[in-house]
Amino acid sequence: MSRFLLPFGVFLVLLGFLFVGLKLNPREVPSPLIGKPVPEFTLPQLHEPAKAFSPQSMRGRVWLLNVWASWCVSCRDEHPLLVDFAKNHQVAIVGLNYKDKPDDAQAWLAQLGDPYTLSVSDLEGRVGIDFGVYGVPETFVIDKQGVIRYKQIGAVTVDALQGKILPLIRELDQG
Amino acid sequence: MIPEIGQLALILALLLAIVQGTLPLLGAQRGIRAWMALSRPLAAGQFLFVAIAFLCLAWSFLTSDFSVLNVVNNSNSRLPAHYRIAASWGSHEGSILLWVLMLSLWMQAVSVFSRSLPREVLARVLSVMGLVSVGFLLFLLLTSNPFERLSPPAAEGNDLNPLLQDPGMVAHPPMLYMGYVGFSVAFAFAIAALLGGRLDATWARWSRPWTTAAWCFLTLGILIGSWWAYNELGWGGWWFWDPVENASFMPWLVGTALVHSLAVTEKRGAFRRWTVLLAICAFSLSLLGTFLVRSGVLTSVHAFATDPERGLFILVFLAIVIGGALLLFALRAPQVSGGGRFESISRESFLLANNVLLIVAAGSVLLGTLYPLVLDALSGGQTKISVGPPYFEAVFVPLMSPMVFLMGIGPVARWKQATLPELWTLLRWAFATSLVAAVLVPLVTGGGSWGLRLGLFLAFWILAATVVNIRERIRNFRGAVHERLAMQPRAWWGMILAHLGVAVFIAGVTVVGTYETERDVRMAVGDTVEMGGHVFRFDGTTEATGPNYRAARGTVTVLRDGREVLTLHPEKRTYNASGMAMTEAAISTGVLGDLYVSLGEPIDAQSWSVRVYHKPLVTWIWSGCVLMALGGLLALTDRRYRLRSTRQQRAAAVISPA
Repeated sequence: MSRFLLPFGVFLVLLGFLFVGLKLNPREVPSPLIGKPVPEFTLPQLHEPAKAFSPQSMRGRVWLLNVWASWCVSCRDEHPLLVDFAKNHQVAIVGLNYKDKPDDAQAWLAQLGDPYTLSVSDLEGRVGIDFGVYGVPETFVIDKQGVIRYKQIGAVTVDALQGKILPLIRELDQG
Repeated sequence: MIPEIGQLALILALLLAIVQGTLPLLGAQRGIRAWMALSRPLAAGQFLFVAIAFLCLAWSFLTSDFSVLNVVNNSNSRLPAHYRIAASWGSHEGSILLWVLMLSLWMQAVSVFSRSLPREVLARVLSVMGLVSVGFLLFLLLTSNPFERLSPPAAEGNDLNPLLQDPGMVAHPPMLYMGYVGFSVAFAFAIAALLGGRLDATWARWSRPWTTAAWCFLTLGILIGSWWAYNELGWGGWWFWDPVENASFMPWLVGTALVHSLAVTEKRGAFRRWTVLLAICAFSLSLLGTFLVRSGVLTSVHAFATDPERGLFILVFLAIVIGGALLLFALRAPQVSGGGRFESISRESFLLANNVLLIVAAGSVLLGTLYPLVLDALSGGQTKISVGPPYFEAVFVPLMSPMVFLMGIGPVARWKQATLPELWTLLRWAFATSLVAAVLVPLVTGGGSWGLRLGLFLAFWILAATVVNIRERIRNFRGAVHERLAMQPRAWWGMILAHLGVAVFIAGVTVVGTYETERDVRMAVGDTVEMGGHVFRFDGTTEATGPNYRAARGTVTVLRDGREVLTLHPEKRTYNASGMAMTEAAISTGVLGDLYVSLGEPIDAQSWSVRVYHKPLVTWIWSGCVLMALGGLLALTDRRYRLRSTRQQRAAAVISPA
């Protein structure tokens, strides 16, 4: 009988892996950018296109880069969290307004609140490519030396904010 | 009101399914006729209520009832009506409901067409299907209620994912699910046979047409999915080895093995245990596929809303259904006798070899699909990798090539005992012809790798071996050739057709893989690009408005020898509700090849990046699949299935004069 139990045995092993797999999150892809310096760019600011912004100016501060767009549905989900976060914490959030129309983007912020210290317009998504953006929204945590320490793919959730992003920011602030 | 009726119908269906899954089964074990007799009316009742539930959901979508959460998330009032209906299975909840609908449809079909089965067998088969149905109805009602209300109602819906707004989407899921779920019939027959301890040629004859039918649907479902990807994803690929595609491909491979193995069991009584195991595996892989797609353990382009709680439910369900079935197999299989004997060179042995190759292929696809997950699990979430087309191609071609080669020999080999010299005499000309063709064709068409030669050889080989097979088959009949051909049973013609389909498919894959050309160019108005003997001229874009999108509509004129032969209109659409941009390729389909144009991004006011492909013989890929499915259908209409049923009706009429 033992050889007829073989399929059952194989299935049990498979079941074990599937059970463990259920608890892992395949979307938590480690970005190749983590531990690397933030890509350099210079982009016009959304509200004052005459002024430019470059990550160089954030040296010495821990900050967040949030990729968003007015056309993006998940951004609407995470937006209240970001607005709340901006009210309660002294951490700069730079918005990378990705492949958006500046008019739409400004209207969206006027309507839903503006959590960003400033936003920059990446009209053609060139900078997005440098950041390896493959879905909006995405959020990066960048340390005082300008090194990317964490990347959140998809909307920021309460869990991710409380469990990962905030502790990391505290740790980086002390470092 | 309508959604509540749907919900109520689902609950009633669940109650019926619970009774169906228990009483007839117990009745069959204890010989209680009245309990067994319940199975058919219960199946009918279940079908009725599930159908009502499905119609209620479709109605909510059709009338854009935005007080239903599912409708809000997956539809929009501006969505055209046929997509609103298709949207009812575009969501997770809706697609599970579709699954259950298909299951009850198959159950009803078994109950109608298998009236002549012995009472115990029918009761067991319907009962096992009823148990599967219990699992899925519970899944729907507990974790994925499609009728959940939203209060207050939304003013407008979020729209159906634009990727799914394609005619392919209307047909792909129902076809695919018909195939997936259809294997539940073969599964139920296998379990019924194990429970009843009667595992013989009769059992194989009963489950064979059901398996073939499910296999046909699965073939068509996969084909439509592939064709949809080709049309909709905008980069001209037709198969991506995506986990979700693999999830449908694995049951297909095992199902193909099962179809052949059942033939041996029916005709020769051999392979019994193996066939039962395949029947269990085919459906298990269908369930596993559902788990992989629905639980979110793997990332895929088909990302639906995923939820670990749902994943856990399906996993427990998998453990019960598959684990239970395999345990039953382990307990009962040792009592099954081996069946007809055969020599190491015989049709049986060739079919066995093919079966093994198909299973190994399915196993390697499973491995490739689950490897990222396994590695992730073993490393505690530290190592994330993805396994892509290079792995699958490297594994698949070496496994399938001998399989296809044996496909030419098997049908001409004798049952029980054949000899190699005899087979060589029969097939040497076919072998030589295909070898020569494989060498000559690349000389004419230019270029050519070993892959091309191998592909061509295999395609010609099946063709030539099929010709030999037909000649041998009709040799012992009398009459004119066409009369002798007409005398052959449809099941045999079905086999011939399906095998030719494989040849056509291989030719398509090989040629398009070798000779396709692709240009990615920046084009301003009036610019031209040449490819495959055609000149493509970009005539600019115009604004166009669809029912729920805006689009830049390009005009590309195709010239041949300076004359305009064709105008193509690729589009770049932006869907209003989601803001998602979609590339709608313009494709001119021909027997010899497709011209495929898609718009990339606008570069400036005057020019666009444009992708142009020439894909020779690409339609052969799908035509081959259509031939395979037609072969299956032809086999289903074989005289013996019809004869048997009329004979039995007559017999039944004699026994019980009403």
